[in-house]
Amino acid sequence: MRAFKARRPDRGAHHAALPGPHLHRGRGLDRPEQADTLTEYRQFGEQNRATIRSAAVLHPTATATVVRVVGARGGNVVTADGPYAETKEALTGYYILDAVDLDAAVEIAARIPAAWGGAVELRPVITWA
Amino acid sequence: MVDPVDRLADTVRIEGARILATLVRTVGSLPVAEDAVQDAIVSALREWPRSGIPSEPRAWLTLVARRKAIDALRREATRGAKERDSADLLDLAAADLPTDGVARDDQLRLIFTCCHPALAIEAQVALALRTLCGLSTAQIAAVLLMTESAMAKRLTRTRQKIVAAHIPYRIPAQAELPDRLTAVCGVIHALYTTGHAPTTGAAVVNVDVCAEAIRLGRLVVDLVPDEPQPTALLALLLLTDARRPCRADDAGDVILLSDQDRSPGISSRSWRARVARFILAPHLRDRRSVPVAGSNCGRARAITELRRDQLG
Repeated sequence: MRAFKARRPDRGAHHAALPGPHLHRGRGLDRPEQADTLTEYRQFGEQNRATIRSAAVLHPTATATVVRVVGARGGNVVTADGPYAETKEALTGYYILDAVDLDAAVEIAARIPAAWGGAVELRPVITWA
Repeated sequence: MVDPVDRLADTVRIEGARILATLVRTVGSLPVAEDAVQDAIVSALREWPRSGIPSEPRAWLTLVARRKAIDALRREATRGAKERDSADLLDLAAADLPTDGVARDDQLRLIFTCCHPALAIEAQVALALRTLCGLSTAQIAAVLLMTESAMAKRLTRTRQKIVAAHIPYRIPAQAELPDRLTAVCGVIHALYTTGHAPTTGAAVVNVDVCAEAIRLGRLVVDLVPDEPQPTALLALLLLTDARRPCRADDAGDVILLSDQDRSPGISSRSWRARVARFILAPHLRDRRSVPVAGSNCGRARAITELRRDQLG
């Protein structure tokens, strides 16, 4: 849409796509049944290379460590085992996407395999001018 | 002579939503368009008392608002200090003034635009009522059964999300319309309700608002004739509207339900034909089903009478 270009000459709204519980769901990544899923992800990555700024897959929340500083800055560092929020559905990774607007981001996110196995959360990324 | 300020107030009240709709379509941004319309109204407040009311107030406001919007976009482009697409800005300036028909169509399409599935349905309805139907926050709160402050917060949050998430103000394609129908019908129904039972003013009914809702209802039926939801909504609005004259006496005072004479609206042949036509519009489109539709007119009457029993 032309007016969009006029309004935002940088043409860059970046969205973080956060795939949901698809990949982990209580299974190890090394299991044979994950192979198909991994292939799907690899395909998604290749087919959408132009729009993916960066991406990462995270280990399951069982490996998570929460870090807190007690009191104020410089206070005691306290670490705890486990995720920040104990939920059944956890983020399994992220993509930073280059999309002109939300509609475009939705179109890309709908191709992430997690979208049909679980869900993908889309959040705009704040860009500091 | 008409007071320019009164005339301006009338124009904004009656045409404001359409002016905004036209502008949003050209600039692709609701906040920019809203600011520009506000600026144009301020200009009119200064200009009209001095140089007289323009012959076409809506066109005047639309043109001035567009100029303001272009200025705003230019400022933004310069401030961003990034590549500037001046060709687009020129395009914007050259765009012709829409005809009356297009402006009306704009308004309906933009209601569909407001009903973006990335927003909660309550937010979609509230936003469309506020920006495109010209209702105040208080009126929307009343019709959606919320407090005014909660509604104000919801509208603010909605606008923030639109800006932050870059939700585009793009007219949806025909294929996207059915998914948004529920919200659009909600908007029209809420608009009608606002006219049917006004929360402000002395009048029992705000006829202008009711007529506007029915007009929009008709446009939706024309836009997606095969969808049952808008047809049902329009039939409901027409049914309700047929009763409107019985709700107040000649002096404009309320007549209680038990004292209302509901026969004139109900027995009117033209009215019955109207409802039948809209209830049966999808069938009538198929010539083979015309005989069926004919017998269905009896059904339409039965529905009406059933409703009369329920209401009366």
